[in-house]
This record gives sequence, C-alpha cells and structure tokens, in this order.
Amino acid sequence: MTKLVYFAWVRERIGKGEEEIDLPASVRTGGDLLAYLKTLGEDYAHALEHEKVIRIAINQEHVEHDEPILGAREIALFPPMTGG
Amino acid sequence: MTGAPVIVRVQTEDFDAAAEAARLAAGRRDAGAVVTFTGLCRDEGGRLSALELEHYPGMAEAEIGRICRKAVERFSLLGITAIHRVGKIAPGENIVLVIALAPHRHAAFDGASFVMDYLKTSAPFWKKEHFADGREGGWVDAKESDDRAREAWS
Repeated sequence: MTKLVYFAWVRERIGKGEEEIDLPASVRTGGDLLAYLKTLGEDYAHALEHEKVIRIAINQEHVEHDEPILGAREIALFPPMTGG
Repeated sequence: MTGAPVIVRVQTEDFDAAAEAARLAAGRRDAGAVVTFTGLCRDEGGRLSALELEHYPGMAEAEIGRICRKAVERFSLLGITAIHRVGKIAPGENIVLVIALAPHRHAAFDGASFVMDYLKTSAPFWKKEHFADGREGGWVDAKESDDRAREAWS
C-alpha cells in the first residue's frame, strides 16, 4: 500500500485529502501514477486532466514525473505552489 | 558558514518581525546587517476579504529549511529566520517573514530575496481567495514572473 496525499484544487477535485492505495506493478514512475489514477474515475480524471501542471513529491521532496516511485512511503500530488 | 542558525516555522498565529529580528541578532558581534522582509495580505482593490493558506505539513517546513540552508551557504549568512502563516488571513495581516543576518548588507538583502523567490515557487503552500461579497473564490494561479524570478538566481 502506498499513501497518496493531495492538496489545493487537486484535493478538492478528487474529493479527499489522502488515501492508501494498492498500485499495480506496472506503475513505475510518477507519470505512470498520474495515468493510472486518471482511470479510477471522473473525479481523478478531472483533477489530473492537465498532467504536466501537476507537481509530484515523493517522501516530501519534489521529483520530476519520470522519477521511479519504487519504495515511496508517501506520494503527494498538487498544483503549482502559490505561497509567500 | 555551517552552524548558522536556521529557524523555520509554519503557524496560524501572527508573528512579531522586530522581536524575531532581535532574537536572530542577539549576542552577535560579527553581524553588520539584518534584512527583514514581511509579506502582507492585499485586498486586490477591495475585491478580497481574505486569503486562505493551505500547506503540506512536514514538507512545507522541510522545503523552507532546504531553501534557507542553500541561502546560508551561497551568501555566507550568519543566520536566517523564515516564518509562514497558514489558515485564513485578512487584508493588512502578515503572511510571511524572512530575516537574513550577514556581515554586510548585500549578502543580507540577497539572502532574503533568494529565500522569498524560492519559497514562492518551491515551498508547498497554496492560496485560495475569499471575496469581499462573501463568495468563496478560486485558487490563486501560479505566476510565470515568480518562476522567472527564481530562475534568475541559477
């Protein structure tokens, strides 16, 4: 099981802040994860529609979409940041 | 310089910029400059009643810490404090505080500016607008100008 966490409009569109999910072995990278989640339903498809915009963090560090997710305890998906 | 204090906090409550600056500089005889930057909530010409700040607990603190340590190393700072508020913040209230302590002013100005430019684009915080007429607004879009400001440091 992998813990997924969502923030801002990604969280609102998916309809939850976090979940534990069993990922198929074919999901190897952050990009694979986005593609897989989009098959889980309309809410996911809507939230992750513009894949390139979505930022990914593994174990609380930013990664590129081609980063392997093997061994990740926590994967976060969120929009571009707007703090400060 | 390694061992320079890096103080990072994410909190709902307000902060006291002068008190934080005094704390960072307390007892230092090697510091010649302290730059204190405070970011405030604007009402955007009367349009907004509040901004609501969401963050990724744990990563927000870790990412600001990483940015601050980079600044310490790059500008040889003597210390740095970064405090970011979360929750609902009204126009005129404080949002973010960055204090850079250095032997000379250029390093302190650059250090504070570097931390703000990276914080805006890399620290996991998101702003949602609340309108003055009571409606909940949308999420603030990231600005390309903020990306360019960050890239100017690389």
